[in-house]
Amino acid sequence: MNKIANKTIINNVLLEESANDKDIVVLCSDSRGSAGLGPFAKERPDQFVEVGIAEQNLVSIAAGLAVSGKKAFAVSPASFLSTRSMEQAKVDVAYSHTNVKLIGISGGVSYGELGMTHQSANDIATMASIPGMRAYLPSDRFQTEKLMRALLKDTDPAYVRIGRNAVEDVYEEGNVPFEMNKATMIQDGADITIIAAGEMVQGAKAAGEALKEKGISARVLDMYCIKPIDEEAIIKAAKETKMILTVEEHTKFGGLGSMVAQVTAANCPTKVVSLTLPDTPAISGKSPAIFKYYGLDGEGIVKKVCELLG
Amino acid sequence: MNLKKKAFELRKDVVEMIYRAKTGHIGGDLSVMEILVDLYYKQMNVSPENFKNPDRDRFVMSKGHSVEALYSVLADRGFFPKEKLETFAQFGSEFIGHPTNKVNGIEMNTGSLGHGLAVGVGMALAAKMDKRPSRVYVVMGDGELAEGSVWEAAMAGSHYKLDNLTAFVDRNHLQISGTTEQVMNQKSQEQRWAAFGWNVISVPGNDLDAIDGAVEIAKRVKDKPTVIVAHTTKGFGVSFIENQVGWHHHVPNDEEYAAALKELDERGAQCE
Repeated sequence: MNKIANKTIINNVLLEESANDKDIVVLCSDSRGSAGLGPFAKERPDQFVEVGIAEQNLVSIAAGLAVSGKKAFAVSPASFLSTRSMEQAKVDVAYSHTNVKLIGISGGVSYGELGMTHQSANDIATMASIPGMRAYLPSDRFQTEKLMRALLKDTDPAYVRIGRNAVEDVYEEGNVPFEMNKATMIQDGADITIIAAGEMVQGAKAAGEALKEKGISARVLDMYCIKPIDEEAIIKAAKETKMILTVEEHTKFGGLGSMVAQVTAANCPTKVVSLTLPDTPAISGKSPAIFKYYGLDGEGIVKKVCELLG
Repeated sequence: MNLKKKAFELRKDVVEMIYRAKTGHIGGDLSVMEILVDLYYKQMNVSPENFKNPDRDRFVMSKGHSVEALYSVLADRGFFPKEKLETFAQFGSEFIGHPTNKVNGIEMNTGSLGHGLAVGVGMALAAKMDKRPSRVYVVMGDGELAEGSVWEAAMAGSHYKLDNLTAFVDRNHLQISGTTEQVMNQKSQEQRWAAFGWNVISVPGNDLDAIDGAVEIAKRVKDKPTVIVAHTTKGFGVSFIENQVGWHHHVPNDEEYAAALKELDERGAQCE
């Protein structure tokens, strides 16, 4: 079991890159501990800005720094960042087109026992709906590193959601296929395509392997790039496999499933079924238990695929 | 240059722009003009020539609805040809009803109130980090101060001892629904800023010399940001618009337009 959380990787990449790039600035809203950014704050005090518990301020200050030439990374729990400061993300980041990367930590139901206040089951919908804002949900530590390095090279606004705890590796060290804004095919198949993002990818991968043993050939796509979504990979899947199952740690409104269905409906009408969180506050518990409860884990995905393929 | 007269001349451009487009926020445009004239003609190190220079001073019009005043100043300072103002609020024009950085001379898009001060905090922090001489100026409306995000930024400004940051409050006592005191009382404005750790200067806000003096003081204050509470008259310069809540975004008709230009000419001539 991997013990390194995605947030730790973000800290490590920023710490490493900022050694030679004084324009990298990290901002937190009393969230350096939960963000795993303690080392960055300690090692780079001149490149770290604490704003206190004030997410609106966090994002606007980040934009002010960015418009002055800084590469700003505003890091805060996804629940607050994607809603409390949504207008700042819209106006000061996306509309003004500032080089701010919004990093939503402890996303989805990571804070499973803390109630809906602390969960971000709607962050894809809020952030991706902003004109000019990109949205990424990396699946594991290796992909998180690739994504961070890619984001450091561009100057466009982006939102990144990661979970709180370490997750099982999806990829192997040294073998991490990654192309910016292109889905990664984890397994090819012909019967069905499973498209997942973020922490759901490990379940999708496990399901793909389990289905193989049952004689079902599933294509598994890691759609870490929710926006801009990889339309080509979706259309290809719609054409080459019988149907599509999407899996997301998000409600069914305006998330991965909605976006995939929009692409297929316009280009290659195909049955698209979505496994999502419910349109109610999620049940309380640790996130793996919540995933299991709503059928969002490997087992739930296998069950759904078998049901769909009859 | 006679800047007092200039402020009245630029007000004519504002009235012209709004009359032509049949839209705009005339009351706040007219109240804020001396602040803009002092900053753009006297105080700020910013010009069309140095607008990409990282050492330039920064300006954020947080009360974005007063964009017509800003456009008229930027045009006169040569950031773009004055004829461009004729496209104000026309289909496809970049000269829209709130500031956008598609227009040369504008740093940040604004319009939604309560954002500008925090953006200014970020700009001032960046200047400190890079040890640049840049000063940052933010203009807010008084009605805007009901936005909680203003006070988040006020906290950060004093926490980080941003003595390179100067905020203005265009304290004209009116907002769209009535007086600021009727809508959301803020009689203790100066005390509020002081309680947040700011250096507070209160001035008659349509008095160019008073504003200039306040900005000079702000430049010498160390370790804290300054707020200049500029007690202005909404609609200043046109007697029938002055202090009338209905003129927040009323558009002058033909007679009002002619009368406004005539009065602004007269007021300008009195400055000679």
